[in-house]
Amino acid sequence: MGLPVSNEPLVFVKNISFSFGSTKVLEDINLSITTGDFLAIIGPNGSGKTTFLKIILGILEPYKGVIQLLGEDVKSFRQWDKIGYVPQKAINIDAFFPVSVREVVAMGLLSKKDFPRFLRRRDEKVIDQALEQVALKDFKTRRIGELSGGQQQRVFIARAIVNQPSLLFLDEPTAGIDAATQEKFYSMLGTLNQANKITIVLITHDLGIINNRVTKIACLNQKLVFHGTHEDFCNSGVVQELLRGEHHLVCHRH
Amino acid sequence: MEDILTYGFMQRALVAGIFISVACAILGIFLVLKRDAMLGHGLSHVTFGGVALGLFLGVKPLLVALVVAVLCALVIQKLREKAGLYEDTAIGIFSSTGMAIGIILVTLSGKFNVDLFSYLFGNILAIERFEVVIAVFLALAVIMIISFFYQELLYQTFDAESARTSGIRTGFLDAVLAVLTSITVVIGMKVVGILLVAALLVIPSAAGLQIAKTFRQAVIISSGVSIGSVIAGLFTAFYWDLPAAGTTVVVAFLVFLALGTVRILRKRGVLE
Repeated sequence: MGLPVSNEPLVFVKNISFSFGSTKVLEDINLSITTGDFLAIIGPNGSGKTTFLKIILGILEPYKGVIQLLGEDVKSFRQWDKIGYVPQKAINIDAFFPVSVREVVAMGLLSKKDFPRFLRRRDEKVIDQALEQVALKDFKTRRIGELSGGQQQRVFIARAIVNQPSLLFLDEPTAGIDAATQEKFYSMLGTLNQANKITIVLITHDLGIINNRVTKIACLNQKLVFHGTHEDFCNSGVVQELLRGEHHLVCHRH
Repeated sequence: MEDILTYGFMQRALVAGIFISVACAILGIFLVLKRDAMLGHGLSHVTFGGVALGLFLGVKPLLVALVVAVLCALVIQKLREKAGLYEDTAIGIFSSTGMAIGIILVTLSGKFNVDLFSYLFGNILAIERFEVVIAVFLALAVIMIISFFYQELLYQTFDAESARTSGIRTGFLDAVLAVLTSITVVIGMKVVGILLVAALLVIPSAAGLQIAKTFRQAVIISSGVSIGSVIAGLFTAFYWDLPAAGTTVVVAFLVFLALGTVRILRKRGVLE
């Protein structure tokens, strides 16, 4: 899994600005994400975190700036099988949507297939492996709506990693999930980053629980207020002041 | 039972009915789950305008309706994407305008007659051989196109945003779905008529979704409900001289109620 280590950034963002109508959401954002990073994107509510992630993934189009994914302009990007995306979905999922865990994970395989995107028998093995990684193989035939919020989020992780991507994006993946499940979840992300060499970009509100795992932090508040290592972040008084009350900050490592 | 099947008109009605009902059911599942069930309803009104135009011009109404419905489906889709209109607003504008133009054309042509009534209320027992061929061909085309795009449509219906990050062209798929809906509405109008064709797209699918645990199950159950309703409609029309369109929709509705009850009983733990 992952790409060989190189100095080429996996994500390159230059002078990005975005607005909804006349409301400016992001202004002149510059950011690079390199191989092996475990980057947490933080910021107050309404600071543009999710918008920024959607711009990187080409879901939203900025009025200014350049985005490159794996060295390609996002507008013409085709290597979607190297990208995994976990939306903030579990809390919004339609509980009665008739789709099994297996069918959801299989969706992730489509980015690797040419038209017509039929599933083959060998795909079953890959689906099983992805479900094993998130410890949900026994739930394969269950309807996704029958699972708990934490289990559903693991299914989305399985869908995102089924292609063994180089880059994994997650948007507040633990919203609405209890603390014990969150700990297991982030531990799994740590393994994906360390053992499987997947570069991870995570939007979160709880820095405390991932304190031991992130390597870099980016703080957004319409502009990029901070981007650097965890240690530098802890020494940045401006950032701490900005986030007071909105984030659980822990500035020591175990 | 054997007697009824020896009639040519009954054979034609059964063949056309079965193929059309399967196309309606499969397509309907995607529409219902995308909360886009009104698209079929809106396009059926547009189809009325197309039929009226055909009658006015003296050209085969089925073919004119097909062209008009497909074009309108594409325009509705573009309006949703580009003009920032809410989905039901774009449908509302076209459905009422289509209906209005239809009324004007029918009045001008002076053809407010039995012909028009058969389009409005359906008359599958009077379906002609060439219409059966067109209906079966189009129904098969709809089913095949859906099977080619099945995985992508499923992904897009479940989670459109993530589908885009898998390189799936969601705008293109929306256009495909809109065109297939317009084709299905036009061929479905022969079975249950313009006024009830939306029911054939929605009720069997909604019935299947009551108890299906996987998408594949939803496709199979909804198709079964749809075929069963059309056959029941044909038989009641033959034996009791009731309108096939009305009984088809009422049977589908009764099955929907039954499967809805099963779902409630399952939820309460009374049924497995």
